[in-house]
Amino acid sequence: MPEADPILSMRRISKSFPGVHALDKVDFALQRGEVRALMGENGAGKSTLIKVMTGVEERDEGRIFLDGREIDPHSPHEAQELGISTVYQEVNLIPTLTVAENIFLGRQPTSMGSLDWKKMNSSAVAALDRLNLELNVKRLLSDYSLAVQQMVAIARAVDVSAKMLILDEPTSSLSVEEVEQLFAVMRMLKAEGLGIVFVTHFLDQVFDISDTITVLRGGQLVGNFVTASTTRVQLIATMMGKELKELERGPARVASPDAPGAESLIEIKGLARKGSIEPFDLRLNKGEVLGLAGLLGAGRTEIANLLFGIDKAEQGNVSIEGEETNISSPRKAIAEGFALCPEDRKSAGIIGDLSIRENIFLALQASKGWFRLISRKTQQEIAERYITMLSISTPDADKKIKELSGGNQQKAIVARWLALHPRFLILDEPTRGIDVGAKMEIQNLILSLSREGISILFISSELSEVVRCSQRVAVLRDHVKIGEMSGDQIDESAIMHYIAEGAR
Amino acid sequence: MKASKFKRFMSQGNVGKLMWSVLALALLLVFNALFTPVIFNMKIMDGHLFGSLIDILNRATPVMLMGIGMTLVIATGGIDISVGSVSAVSGSFTTVLLVVYGLPLAYCIVVGLAVATFLGFWNGFLVARVGVQPIVATLIMLALARGIATLFAGGQTILFSNRAYEFIANGFLFGLPFPITIVAVVFVGTALLTRKTALGLFVESVGCNPVASRYSGINVRSIKWAVYVFTAFCAGMAGLINTSNIKVADVTRSGEGLELDAILAVVIGGTSLDGGKFSLAGTIIGALVMQTLTTTILTRGMPVEFTRVIKALVVVLIILIQSESFRKRMRNLVWRKAHEVAS
Amino acid sequence: MKRKLVVLLGLALCLFVALGASAKTYTIGFAQTGGNEGAWRDAETASVNAAAKDMGINLKFVDGQEKQEVQIAALRSFIAQGVDGILLAPVVATGWDEVLQECKQANIPVVLLDRGIQTSDDSLYVCKITSDFVQEGKRVGEWLSKKMGGKATIAELEGTPGADPAIMRQKGFAEGIASYPGMKIVLSQTGNFNAADGKQVMEAFLKANSRINAVFAQNDDMAMGAIQAIQEAGKRPGKDIVVVSIDGTRPAFEAMAKGTLNAVCECNPLLGKIGFETLIGAINGQTYPKWVIQTDGLYEASQAKAALPTRKY
Ligand SMILES: Nc1ncnc2c1ncn2[C@@H]1O[C@H](COP(=O)(O)OP(=O)(O)OP(=O)(O)O)[C@@H](O)[C@H]1O
Ligand SMILES: [Mg+2]
Repeated sequence: MPEADPILSMRRISKSFPGVHALDKVDFALQRGEVRALMGENGAGKSTLIKVMTGVEERDEGRIFLDGREIDPHSPHEAQELGISTVYQEVNLIPTLTVAENIFLGRQPTSMGSLDWKKMNSSAVAALDRLNLELNVKRLLSDYSLAVQQMVAIARAVDVSAKMLILDEPTSSLSVEEVEQLFAVMRMLKAEGLGIVFVTHFLDQVFDISDTITVLRGGQLVGNFVTASTTRVQLIATMMGKELKELERGPARVASPDAPGAESLIEIKGLARKGSIEPFDLRLNKGEVLGLAGLLGAGRTEIANLLFGIDKAEQGNVSIEGEETNISSPRKAIAEGFALCPEDRKSAGIIGDLSIRENIFLALQASKGWFRLISRKTQQEIAERYITMLSISTPDADKKIKELSGGNQQKAIVARWLALHPRFLILDEPTRGIDVGAKMEIQNLILSLSREGISILFISSELSEVVRCSQRVAVLRDHVKIGEMSGDQIDESAIMHYIAEGAR
Repeated sequence: MKASKFKRFMSQGNVGKLMWSVLALALLLVFNALFTPVIFNMKIMDGHLFGSLIDILNRATPVMLMGIGMTLVIATGGIDISVGSVSAVSGSFTTVLLVVYGLPLAYCIVVGLAVATFLGFWNGFLVARVGVQPIVATLIMLALARGIATLFAGGQTILFSNRAYEFIANGFLFGLPFPITIVAVVFVGTALLTRKTALGLFVESVGCNPVASRYSGINVRSIKWAVYVFTAFCAGMAGLINTSNIKVADVTRSGEGLELDAILAVVIGGTSLDGGKFSLAGTIIGALVMQTLTTTILTRGMPVEFTRVIKALVVVLIILIQSESFRKRMRNLVWRKAHEVAS
Repeated sequence: MKRKLVVLLGLALCLFVALGASAKTYTIGFAQTGGNEGAWRDAETASVNAAAKDMGINLKFVDGQEKQEVQIAALRSFIAQGVDGILLAPVVATGWDEVLQECKQANIPVVLLDRGIQTSDDSLYVCKITSDFVQEGKRVGEWLSKKMGGKATIAELEGTPGADPAIMRQKGFAEGIASYPGMKIVLSQTGNFNAADGKQVMEAFLKANSRINAVFAQNDDMAMGAIQAIQEAGKRPGKDIVVVSIDGTRPAFEAMAKGTLNAVCECNPLLGKIGFETLIGAINGQTYPKWVIQTDGLYEASQAKAALPTRKY
């Protein structure tokens, strides 16, 4: 398989963490002008391989060659100097700096020894332009959504004149259009002779952009493929080590909203907040899954935050079972039986230093108050139940959550909200960064929860998911709810069309 | 597998870090065993234990008390640099009410502690409610509380002679100085309150990620507020011990600089200034490390010019050894040196 | 009616002129060190206030917050207010030349209180009025040597490291015991001029060396702490272990009356009166030696009871 003079080659790389062999004698090579997809289940070792490559983690053994010369980077900065440019899985930019500063952090253009702001800002605009992104580069990064931040991180990496580019799940919160834009840039870089490592859980994207595929499982190399001569089934089987039954669309137990007998749970009238969402109405029946569709920044997360009391509505009202209710804080929302699994797991989800167990029962404990501590035994039971249910890959429940792989962190956060047994569950990109198998688990779970009578507001950039799970879909564009579709109207192209045209 | 289990155990923050501070304490004691053996002399006098080790325990009590509160504040990601001044307030109020107004001691103590606690309430208000940065809010209090203490005592140092009041610092219970009992009670109480209820979890959660904690339904504000109130209460008790100890309310000097000792005790005890996981036992050990160091220096009679430098060096060393990245760097260095030598 | 009024007014005017001629009301600025230095400095401030009242002086008081900048700013504001003279208790010894030059140009004499300064030009200030710290230490040292018959195992409690009184008193004490080879200082540590530290240090000393039979505390507060430590160790201060100190505060006299403190050398903080007198003299053209020494007395336990009622601080 290995061809002549690869840009990068890694030989027999091993790395273990307490209780886990994250990488076990893994070989890896990347050619010029090649896009190599790195695949595997959550916790397979993809990010660890990348971190070893770029000096974030020290390897236990193995050698790394770049352009035939042995290298030993000890920090991402060193790797960058060597020509390895990386977008890590967790966006690690600085929210309190401007977009432009983030793009040029550590390599700001100077003129005559002092910072050249003009040049920096205009270069930042140019860098974003390659991704077809128009932002005010002088604004703080934190003013923008997670998806935009992800694009900024990509712009930062792409901007460097590098030998190779590594993208660790760059598309996990992007919608179709941004992904297309990214792929266009990747194709261009590839034509210029760069090698690209691309990590994703989206099979479509793998088959769309990659030339070759490397698959890891449980820290071991289990296969190298040429994309053109590989099938999905083959790939999934290699990743999971077993065949996967395709998921059937679950039966919708609750009738469509207009059907007689449907019991309404939540009724929203004219809810709005300046700058985040224009006044909208929304109704949710018991046991109904309502999908929210829309492009990046269309106002989906904003609706979730309003309903959960994170942001305060400026007008409109919410009634629960016919009674008007004022939800002014997450605490109140939880007391009403609401739960929100937030989009940004790093800043709003994980409590990094606490264990998986503690992270999972945290919201449940908070709802019970501080005095009545859930017994250690029950804590353990709850944690273990969800670790099994969502197949969170960890040696035990007492590992710090920040030491889990990205996808497994996401599963633990989903578990936190499931453990609350809410009557209304808001899921904001719950499958972000989750592998194919677990994604199906979560989708199945959504359907079975809905059969139990739990109402679910489901936000996902992955339309196929929304289509599969929702009985009704509300479509948003530019902070305005432009319509709803239900039942048989729901399919991917119809939604896409609706978002684009606004016509039924 | 065994080795990796051990590694796992070590890396588990709490226990691992506690081990480092225990190790530091042990090393200090070993040093003394070799070079200052008098420190281990112990005898029974008037029915109670008497010796340097007892002094160490006894003299560490004010810092331990402040440290217990400080641990929780630091765990929420805050800091309270007003504890020294707040401790002077309880001493000032209690003593003035007792000596100048002639009120019953119990009443004076309750008022003294209440006033100190109220100052913590104010700190908490500024931090949790108004959103002032903890260091700024408590810096204001550092000056304000000292002012209040001095003002209430009319700028005077006030002597007293009251058996019960003197007992707080100079009495003995179970053959040990009474302050040790006070600390034991506060320590056990706080440990139970934080570990047998969900408070400890919430405190750590808030310190580690306040945003995610809010999303999870934790009342972030109340938690932050509460820890400042509690710390001020602890500082108030420390103030009573300090005042009782020298039988005079030295309002201008009492508790001066103790905030730094308390913060160091917390840090040596393995609680990170970034907030998150905390260890109360670690803080107690941390306070003991600091006091052992002081007592060692005093007993050995080292030149005064060096004492501060020695203290600083030892503290820096302990904190460096606790830092994982420092250990990693040192290991790499040794590793590379070994390679160079080998090749 | 009208005439009466005119006469009255005339009388009043005469009175004013007469008063003005006989006793001019001086306006004097006092820049105190400020901060937390305890009873001694409080007593000094009180004595300046009292003397100002007695002598009808218009006093402008500024607390220096233990910072030189604050004191310099205070001096400049005194100049701007056109005071007649300035009392300065300098926080530090150096860096005064410039502002004192300004005072001199404005023709305002400056008298230094309780501490000296270092300057290239002695004419910048009238004089310093201070105790002689070396002398204090020496007197205590000599007294102790005599009391112990020239042979003692001594523990010394030092003041705040680097502070002028701490350095000088240590030096003086060493001179005082120099001619008695049997007088040995075995342990010496800082008690930071406060009781809590004094107690802690003494506590450790007593365990380190059981032969200690004399303590020299460089101020009274530390001595008070040391006395408690000695008692708690089951020994009798004043008898088993002889205790001497410097300052002569009221609590020290009380301790002497009780017999727990053996002797104290006074360091008189009541500098108000002499300070103003010197300053007014200078305003009116009198000259003084550069160092006006405030004489300090040594008191023994036997004199304490009698002296106690007259102690002001
Ligand atoms: N700092 C760490 N401490 C302990 N264990 C770790 C640490 N980082 C990673 N691991 C473990 O190493 C394994 C591999 O993790 P890695 O992040 O490489 O997975 P991944 O393939 O990137 O998964 P995902 O698709 O979820 O991002 C996981 O079991 C993870 O728990
Ligand atoms: Mg990963």
